[in-house]
Amino acid sequence: MNNSPFIHLSNARLTLDGRLVLDRLAMEVDRGIVTALIGPNGAGKSVTLRLIDGLLKPDSGTITVGAGRRAFVFQRPALVRASTAANVALALVNMSRRERSMRTDAALARVGLAGRARDAATRLSGGEQQRLALARAWATRPDLLLLDEPTANLDPTSTEIVEGLIAEMARAGTTVLVVSHNLGQVARLAAKAIVLTSGRAVEQGPTRQILFSPRTPETKAYLAGELPWTSFAAVS
Amino acid sequence: MQMFSEILSRLWSLDRDVVSIAWLSLRVSVTAVCIGLILGIPLGSFIAVCSFPGRGIAIALLNAFMGLPPVIVGLALYLILSRSGPLGSLGLLFTPGAMIAAQATLATPLVAALTRQVVADTAVHLGEQLRSLGLSAPLQAAAMIYDVRFSLVTAALAAFGRAISEIGAVLVVGGNIDGFTRTMTTAISLETQKGDLSLALALGVVLMSLVVLVNMFASLLRRHAARAYG
Repeated sequence: MNNSPFIHLSNARLTLDGRLVLDRLAMEVDRGIVTALIGPNGAGKSVTLRLIDGLLKPDSGTITVGAGRRAFVFQRPALVRASTAANVALALVNMSRRERSMRTDAALARVGLAGRARDAATRLSGGEQQRLALARAWATRPDLLLLDEPTANLDPTSTEIVEGLIAEMARAGTTVLVVSHNLGQVARLAAKAIVLTSGRAVEQGPTRQILFSPRTPETKAYLAGELPWTSFAAVS
Repeated sequence: MQMFSEILSRLWSLDRDVVSIAWLSLRVSVTAVCIGLILGIPLGSFIAVCSFPGRGIAIALLNAFMGLPPVIVGLALYLILSRSGPLGSLGLLFTPGAMIAAQATLATPLVAALTRQVVADTAVHLGEQLRSLGLSAPLQAAAMIYDVRFSLVTAALAAFGRAISEIGAVLVVGGNIDGFTRTMTTAISLETQKGDLSLALALGVVLMSLVVLVNMFASLLRRHAARAYG
């Protein structure tokens, strides 16, 4: 078992449109577990996921990500105007037709959308679209799964399905990094948590410790609901 | 009243002149639009999703070329296709081939500019996801084109409207030769000057009917697509 972290960020700095978004960000994500990235709005959580996925490049600093397939589930599911099945198959274009079909069917069945395979993806409800996005990620059997608020605006049933799938993937060895504002969900899912405020990781460690015995004033303030979303302005 | 009955009679009896002129117009314009779509969709998508030096200038040029004056296109092609021009050996001047080339030149920038706009719009919400899926650049572009396929019907319609209704380019490179390169627009112009208003009006009715029919078909297609795919 390789115990080195799957993701390692050191001194990552990023400016977007002249605004400092990440400021000397340093964090580690262990392999094969669920890690939650928490913090107030505007702290740089979504941007950090994009940096790790290679969608953005840092101005300076280093980002090391373990080898293997990556999958990213965005906060707003990005779906093509095509059938539900075609949207899953899009992630499997490099596979044989038979393999693609088998994986698509299995993924849709896993998220309870088997009966909607031929329906237009854009006609699904918000919860169904998010489950479809997760099914697409699941179908690729990723080594790293990045999730940006995957259950925001979902009903309890959809949330349970999504959380079950995330936990199942972690048990199967997928490294999961999830951004969430739902601290109950963080407690249920994540073994480790990283607190981001103003583009910096102010605390990282076991979830229970972060949630119940926070050490830094920023984490305490965030958990007490005292960190306003404009906290980001402090570094800009 | 007499003219009205003449127009009806020419249309009703499927007058040979009317039919052959309408058929040639349709053949030339539809072929030109197909060429415009084949060239314009990839070009517009490339400019929409790729960053390269001078991209801003390319977009400005593309938008400006949407309003290319047909007679200028005709003149440029005339010089290229004339016997002493660089492509004179092809012998295309005063043939339907030259007319197709002229209308395709008008249609391509129109299709490319409209494609660039709709693909750029869809790239805002789909671009990151497609890159994250690890798709190659051509596959990303193909997925986005597929996503906006129903909006591209509008681009095809605009190109068809521009092609079928223009007169300057086909007149210069086609020469308006009776039975060979005479289209509806050139014939309407000529017959009006000659005083054969019934033929000119009969052709006008056919031209208008074609444009309306094509637009109605496209509108139905879009409505069906909106119902099916949102």
